[in-house]
Parts: sequence; C-alpha cells; structure tokens
Amino acid sequence: MIAQKKVMECDLLIAGGGAGGMQAAIDAADAGLKVIVAEKANTRRSGNGATGNDHFMVYIPEIHGSEQDYLKLLVYAQEAKGGKDMDYLLAFMRNSFDVVKAWESYGIPMRPHGDWEFTGHCRPGVQGMYLKYEGLNQKPLLTKAALKRGVTILNRCPLTEIITNEKNEVCGGVCIDLNREVPEVQIIRAKSLLIATAGSMMMNGSSSMGWMFNMIGCPASTGVSTAAAYRAGARLVCLDGAVAPIGVSGCKFFNRGGKATWVGVYTDMDGNPLGPFVDKPDYRYGDFTADIFPQMFNMNFEKGNPVFMNCSEGTDYDIEYMKWALLHEGNGATLQHLEDEGFDFRKHMVEFNAKKGGGGGKGVGIDTYANGETTVKGLYAAGVSMGNGMVGIGPAATTGRIAALSAAEYCKTRELEAAEEMETVAVSMEYYDKILSNEVSTATPSWQEAIIAIQQTMWDYLGSGVRSEKLFQVGIGHLDRLEKKIEMLHCENNHEFLRCLEAMNTVQVAKLCMESSRSRKETRGAHKRADFPFTDPSYDGKLMTIQKIDGELVTGMRDMRK
Amino acid sequence: MPPIINKNKCNGCMNCVTICPVDAFGHQQKGAAYPVVNYPDECWHCNSCVLECPAKACTIRVPLPAMMVFVDAPKKES
Repeated sequence: MIAQKKVMECDLLIAGGGAGGMQAAIDAADAGLKVIVAEKANTRRSGNGATGNDHFMVYIPEIHGSEQDYLKLLVYAQEAKGGKDMDYLLAFMRNSFDVVKAWESYGIPMRPHGDWEFTGHCRPGVQGMYLKYEGLNQKPLLTKAALKRGVTILNRCPLTEIITNEKNEVCGGVCIDLNREVPEVQIIRAKSLLIATAGSMMMNGSSSMGWMFNMIGCPASTGVSTAAAYRAGARLVCLDGAVAPIGVSGCKFFNRGGKATWVGVYTDMDGNPLGPFVDKPDYRYGDFTADIFPQMFNMNFEKGNPVFMNCSEGTDYDIEYMKWALLHEGNGATLQHLEDEGFDFRKHMVEFNAKKGGGGGKGVGIDTYANGETTVKGLYAAGVSMGNGMVGIGPAATTGRIAALSAAEYCKTRELEAAEEMETVAVSMEYYDKILSNEVSTATPSWQEAIIAIQQTMWDYLGSGVRSEKLFQVGIGHLDRLEKKIEMLHCENNHEFLRCLEAMNTVQVAKLCMESSRSRKETRGAHKRADFPFTDPSYDGKLMTIQKIDGELVTGMRDMRK
Repeated sequence: MPPIINKNKCNGCMNCVTICPVDAFGHQQKGAAYPVVNYPDECWHCNSCVLECPAKACTIRVPLPAMMVFVDAPKKES
C-alpha cells in the first residue's frame, strides 16, 4: 500500500509554482492566507519561465494611452488571436502594470535600460505591448519573495487530484511526494485551490522525431491538473484548438530557441526579405511577420524556399542586444549551442519554421471567469491553465494575482473539512497502488510507449490538417484502447511513477480535445472539417466547452463574454 | 548526452539534481560523489543546471535531432 504522509492544512493550495503560481502565492500570503504551493520540480527553476523570459505583456497608460487604444493593439497580439473574453482582457489590462511594479520590488530588473522599454514583437510605427526585461533570475526571486511571506513550498510534490465535498466544493488536494525512494501520498486540506500548471505539452509531440522533451514550453506540464479539474466537474474550454497543424514559429528542430527575441529579418536563401515590416535588422522591432502570419513558413517551403532568420546586417548594438535578450529569455543553452557549432550572427543565418508539435500547449484548459473562478466552487485557474486565457509571462503573473485575491475573499466564508475522508482519496490511492504493483518487465508497456502512441494518434487524427467525424471516431476509439493499456504501465522508481501518472492524464486530456473538436461541426481557421466544409455563423463569437455532468461527458459552447 | 558533468570541477553538491525542472537526473542521488544523468533524453536544454552549479562543472550538449540548421548569409553588397 502506498504510504500516506500526515495531512497538511492551508487556506489556498496552489498547484504549480511557475510565475503564475508564485505571484498568486505572494499575493495570497499578503492578503493573510496560509498558502501551500505544490510544485512538481523546484520553484527556483520550474515552469515555462524556469530560466527566464524577456517579454512581459503589460498596459502602461502613460505609454499606451487609453484602454481602447491598448485593446486595438491586443487584436494583433499572437496571444489574443481568435478573440478573448472582454472582461478577462480588461482585468488583465488593469492589473498588469501593478504586477510589473511588484516584480521590480522583488528585485527583478523590469527596466534594465532605465526607462520602460517596449522592443520586439512589434512593427515600425506602432507602439509595442511587451515590456523588455531581465527575466533570467525571475524564478529564484519570486521564490524568495514567497518564502519571505511565509508561503510553504513543497518541491517535488505535484498535485494529482482535486478533492471536493458532497456539494462539489473544493476541500483539498491529493499530491504525490517524490522526495524519498518511493512515492508517498500527501493529502492537503484546503479551503480553495488554484491550478497554475499550464497546459498539456506532452500531447502535442516534439517537432524532432523521437526527442519528446524538445519543446518550447516546459515538458513537465502534462495536463495532470487539467484532467483532475475535469474529473472534479470543472468546465473546460477551447480544447478544439489543440494540436493545430500550424504550430508556433521559431528555430527549426531546436524548439526552445526563441522567436521574437531574435533581431533580424526573415529572408529567403538569397537574402530577400519575405515579410512587409522590416528590411534591415532593428532591435526595436524584430520581424513581426512570424507573429502575425506564421503561415508564411509553410507557404515558402512549399515553393521550395526555406526561410531564414537573417541577422547578418544588424549593427553591433542590434547583435549585442539580441544576445543579452536571448540569455534573459532562458536561451543560454541556445547561445552556447550556436557558439559550439561555430555559428556567427554576422556570417550565418538560422532556418526558422512554424513547427507542428513542440508548441506552447495553447487551447487546453479550464474555463474561468474574469476573477479566476471556475465552475467548481473554490477552484481557481491562472496562466495557461485557463483555456480562455493568453499565453505568456505577463498574463500568467497577472491572472495569478487576480485569482489569489478572489480566493482570499472566498476563504473568508469557508471552514476546513476532512478532505482525506472523501471518496476521491481512496479511489486515487487504489490507482497509485496499481501502478506500483504492475509487473516490472517487458510484459507491460513503458510510459514512453504510451506518450509516443498518444502523440502519433493526435497528429494523425487531430493535427493532420483535416478533421472529420470518421477520423474522430477512429482516433477516439484508438485512444480508448490506449487508455486501457496505459493502466498497465510499469514503473521502476518514483521518476517513472510520475511519468506513468502523466501518461494516464495525457491520454484523458487528448480524448477530451478530440471530443470537443468533434462537436464543432463547421470549418474555421485551422479547424478544417472535410464533412463540414463551410463556416457556420452560429459559431460566431462562441467558445467550445466540455464538462463532466452526472458522470457523462457533455460537449457544448458558450458565448464569448463581450 | 545532456547535461554533462565535469568530474574534475564538480563538488558533489547535487544542486543540479534537485533543481532540474524535468528530473533528467533522477532525484535519488543522496550519498553519491557525483550526479548521474539517468534520463538524458528527458533534458529540456533549459540551462537550469548550468545556472545553479556553483563550481561551473555543468554544460549542456544539444542532441543531434535538435541541432540548429544554418547556412552562410548572402554576401552584402558594398
């Protein structure tokens, strides 16, 4: 039987100590809450911002003008494409600058060159929206700020299940403590719970064959808490956007090589610019073409033209600026790799593409209201865990703050309950025992087999560029059979135990993505249905939803909030 | 395979083991003289181990499938 540790208690339990989770922890502690962060790795270097970011999306009125002016800019931000709930955008906009000032107070250099500087991700003549900053040490500094406020951080102790009471209100969480030789269960009683773990990267696959951890986003984000939120009854949203055939653009093959931090021009092999915005490298802009029109990579490739990021004509300042920014974006290993290979920004140019797979896990998440609440009482979500949210460090930290302050209000009306006695705990412990007792041999599958099998199914039946009822039927049928096999995965130690749990949750999220896409009976954007080739206006301004109601999977849609 | 530990420099502090966001080392290494990279193909190339190593003993090798593709830039017109 898997061992159970002494039950812990808190007001707010935060799943995931990335930028969003840590900002929430800091603000909740400031609001007087007892906070526990359950983190899969170590909050000093975990999550999508583990080793840095250099662009923080923020609204500064004195720079951007009115809210209406900023909203007009947002339309062209890659993170807001396809539309977002207006109340969410307003809440983000109105809180983002305060978060930037808070980060400065934690010691994170938010204006390393003196003034607020908005470079990259933009085009000449238009004000940028991304504050350029030094994020290299953001995670150690956020961790320090949280510890200073008395936050309890449980490293190597990821949340695996949300515990609710008979009224379906949150009363705690199941975590797995991986700090010893064998995994142990840590039950935490909590008045409220915030999911800040990001999306399901593993479902997307990597763009380099057979190298599944080669990803833009943190591969530790596997969708465990998204699946747990679904099991707890939370409504999920925008899952039909998963595994898009055209993914995120960036360096070819090396997925975490950055994009808009590069200071150059997208050119063909002969040096001819391919986009409309810049014809010379300029550190103030980068080349906005990939943000706004990632299709250009495939369009050119189909004509036999590989696309390159050409920095060779940049000034000395452009090149130095780019190297500085790449380091702070967490691309120290990228710079080192280029140097090791004899790459010279002046003499060479790197191929870029829009990769299928390896993406940022967009469009897989929990449906939230503007204050971070979900459809389950006491359950909140922030950052990329919000299916209706924006990707990026600015939105993550800002929505973390918003959710924490909502949870603080909610906790005033709540008492702790005996979460450890709820049925969810017994059911999950039984499942963990089963993984630990599966035969360790070649008789049972490994977690790697499971993940590769899920990824190839998702690529063929969801991400191939064409979707149809028949393809969904076959794909879902295959995922169903895979799920049965995944119950038999074996593990040799606590590292593999976690991977087995991740594989099970990944297949569950994968199925939900297929079901949600299946329910969208029209063609729109990357969602191309062979059996419904026309765009149906009745889907205008709607978001696809999926939820477990009375034990049944129910798909639907809701109005985007205006 | 990434990461690479230079045993001549490593002081055995195991910071790299505890810090890795994807557990590429495998967490249970108490009592060992040097860290062992048990799961090299799970490396995310994030550089956490390099940044957190007090002895500068840690480097990252990018695996062949993730190598950057690059060419000579065209000659500038003078």
